[in-house]
Amino acid sequence: MTGLAQLTRHRLFWPIVALVVLLLASTLKSHTFLEITVRDGHLYGAPIDIVRRSSITLLVALGMTLVIATRGIDLSVGAVMAIAGAVTLTQIASSPDPGAISTVALAMLTGLAVCLAIGVFNGFLVAVLGIQPIIATLVIMTAGRGIAMLITGGQITTVTSAPYKTLASGYWLGLPVAALIAGFFFAAVAFVTRRTALGVLIESVGINPTASRLAGVRARTIIWTVYVLCALFACIAGFLQSSNIMAADSNNAGLFIELDAILAVVIGGTSLAGGKFSLTGTLVGVLVLTTLTLSITVLGIPVNAVSLFKALVVIVVCLLQSPVVQHKLRARRRQAAPVPVEVPA
Amino acid sequence: MATDEITVKAAGKRPEPRLTGSVGRRRPTLDRRYLPVLGTLVVLALMLIIGGARYENFLTGRVMANLLINNSFLIVLAVGMTFVILTGGIDLSVGAVVALSTCLSAWMFLHGWPAYVTIPAAVLVGTLIGWVIGVMVHVFEIQPFIATLAAMFLARGLCYVIAPESIPITDPTIVKLSETRWGTDNGLVITPSGLIALAVVVIAFVTLHYTRFGRTVYAIGGSEQSARLMGLPVARTKVLVYVISGTCAGLGGLLFAIFARSGYSLTGVGMELDAIAAVVIGGTLLTGGSGFVLGSVLGVLVLGLIQTIITFEGTLSSWWTKIVIGALLLIFVILQRLLIVRRR
Repeated sequence: MTGLAQLTRHRLFWPIVALVVLLLASTLKSHTFLEITVRDGHLYGAPIDIVRRSSITLLVALGMTLVIATRGIDLSVGAVMAIAGAVTLTQIASSPDPGAISTVALAMLTGLAVCLAIGVFNGFLVAVLGIQPIIATLVIMTAGRGIAMLITGGQITTVTSAPYKTLASGYWLGLPVAALIAGFFFAAVAFVTRRTALGVLIESVGINPTASRLAGVRARTIIWTVYVLCALFACIAGFLQSSNIMAADSNNAGLFIELDAILAVVIGGTSLAGGKFSLTGTLVGVLVLTTLTLSITVLGIPVNAVSLFKALVVIVVCLLQSPVVQHKLRARRRQAAPVPVEVPA
Repeated sequence: MATDEITVKAAGKRPEPRLTGSVGRRRPTLDRRYLPVLGTLVVLALMLIIGGARYENFLTGRVMANLLINNSFLIVLAVGMTFVILTGGIDLSVGAVVALSTCLSAWMFLHGWPAYVTIPAAVLVGTLIGWVIGVMVHVFEIQPFIATLAAMFLARGLCYVIAPESIPITDPTIVKLSETRWGTDNGLVITPSGLIALAVVVIAFVTLHYTRFGRTVYAIGGSEQSARLMGLPVARTKVLVYVISGTCAGLGGLLFAIFARSGYSLTGVGMELDAIAAVVIGGTLLTGGSGFVLGSVLGVLVLGLIQTIITFEGTLSSWWTKIVIGALLLIFVILQRLLIVRRR
C-alpha cells in the first residue's frame, strides 16, 4: 500500500502511465505494434520509429530543460532550426562537391557558428540586459524565419548529398543515426549535470538567482551558457530535420517545435517556475508526445481529430500533475484507511 | 534601424510641455509611464513621414482607412491580450480561437443556422475557451503559458473536426457586413468591422481606467500578493481577464469571418504572436502592471504600417516584414528595460 502510494506520488508516475496506456492501446489494436524485426541488417518496427522520430524533439527539449531550469524559456528554437538548415544547405548546395564529407562538415560547422551567435545573442539579452526570457527570445522567433528566408532567397533549398542524408536516414549498428546522435547528447548532458556541480548550480540559479549570486554562483555566466547550449542543440535538431527531407524549408522547419519541447519538459515534471529539473522526465515527455502522434494513426483516430486528441491528453496529464489534484488525491488516500473501520454497515 | 532607436530615445527624454498638465502641475516632466507609448507614437509618426515622403498616395485616406480595416481583428485581439498581459499572464490560444470562431460560424451557416444565433455563438465559443483557461490557471494553478498552449491545441483540434476543408460563408448578413462601407468619396471609409474594433477599444479603455475591475487588473500585475492582501478579488479578476481575452478572440474570429468570408482551420496560425508583439511594441510590460490599451492599438498600427510600407516598396521581399518586426521588438524591449533600470 505504502509502496503504491509512493509510486503514484512520483512526479513521473502519470506521464509513464500515459505512455504505457498509449502503447497498450496501440498493441491491442495492432498486435505487431511492439514487434521489432531485423531487415537489411537494421532494426525495424514501431518502437524504433518512435525513438527515431523522437530525436529532433528530444534534442530541442534537452536544451529547453536547462533553460527552463534557470527560470527561463526559449521560444526561438524553431527559428534557430530553420536558420541552421538554411545556412548549412545553402553552403552545401553552392559548393562544387556536395557529396564530399569535408564539404558537409564545413557547412555544418558554419551552421553551428551561426547558431552559436544566436545563442550568445539570446543569452546576452536575458543574462546581461535582464530582459524577460519569453520576450527576449520572441525577437529571434519572429525575425529568425525572415533571416532564414533571406539566406535561402525565399526558396526551398534542396541538395543531394549522401553524407548529409546519413544524419537522419542512416543506420549504425542497426540503430538509426538520428536516435544515436540524440542519445549521445542526452547522455552527455545527463553526465555533465548530474556528475558535476553544474546541475546543482543551474537549479540554484532557477530557484533564486540573487541568493545564488550572493553565494558565489556565477548566475550570469550560467544563464548565458544555457541559452547558448539550447541554440546549439536546436541547431543539431535543425541538421536532423533538414537532412530528413534533404531541404531547407524556412517556413516550416521546426514550426511549433518550441511548444512541443516546452510541453515535453512540463509533462516531464520540470516546473516552468525554474529550479529542479528532470532530464529523464523530459525524455518521458518527448516519448509520450511522439507515441501519441504515432498511436493516433494506429488507433484509427481520424486525422482531423489528431490535434484534439493531443490537446485532451495534454490537458489530462497537466491537470493530474497540478498541485490541487495532487493534494486531493493524497487527502483521499489518507482517508482511505479509516473508512472501512468507521463504516462497517 | 539605428537612427530610429536614437530618435525614439531622444524623443522619449525630451519633456513634452503639452502633456504635463494632465499628469501633475508641479513637475514639468512627463510621467514615465507614458514614455513607452510615446516611443511607439514617435515610431508611428516617423513611419508615416518616411512613407509619405517616399511614395505618392501614401498619406491618403484610403491607405489609412485600409490600415484600420485590414487590422481590425488584430486590434481586437491585442486589446484582449493587453488585459491578460497586464496581470502578468499570457494567452497563446487567441490565434486558434480566431480559427475556431471562424470555422464554427462557417459551419453553422452551412447547416442553415440564422445569423442571430450564429454570430453570438461565434463570440461565445471564445468566451467559453477563455473561461476554461481561467479555471485551469486559477483553480488548478497551471502556468498560463501551458494552460493557454493546451487551449490552443484544443481550439485548433476542434477546427479540424468542424471544418477539415475551407467552408465559404454565403450568409446574407455576413455578406452585407463585409460589403458595407460608409465614408466619403476620397477614400476615407469605415466598415462595420472597423467600427466594432474601435468600439472594443473604447470599452476596454473605459474598463481599464475607470472601473474597479480595471484597477484590480493593474494591481494584480503590480503584485499579486499585495493585491490579495488588500482584499481585491484576485481569483475572479484572474479568471475574468482570460474570459475577456477569449471573448475578444471570438469577436476577432467573427471579424475575420466577415473579412475572409470563409472558415478555414488553418486561419490565424501565429496570430497570437502578432498580438503579443503589438502589445509589447505598444509599451506594455510583459511582467504586468504597466501599459495601456491605446498603446496596443498603436502597436497594431505599427505592425500594419510595416506591411503597408513593404507593399508600397514593391521590390522588398515579404520576409523583411518579419525581420523588421523582430528588430522593432528588440528596440522596444531594450528601451523598456533601460526605462525600468533608470526608474530604480
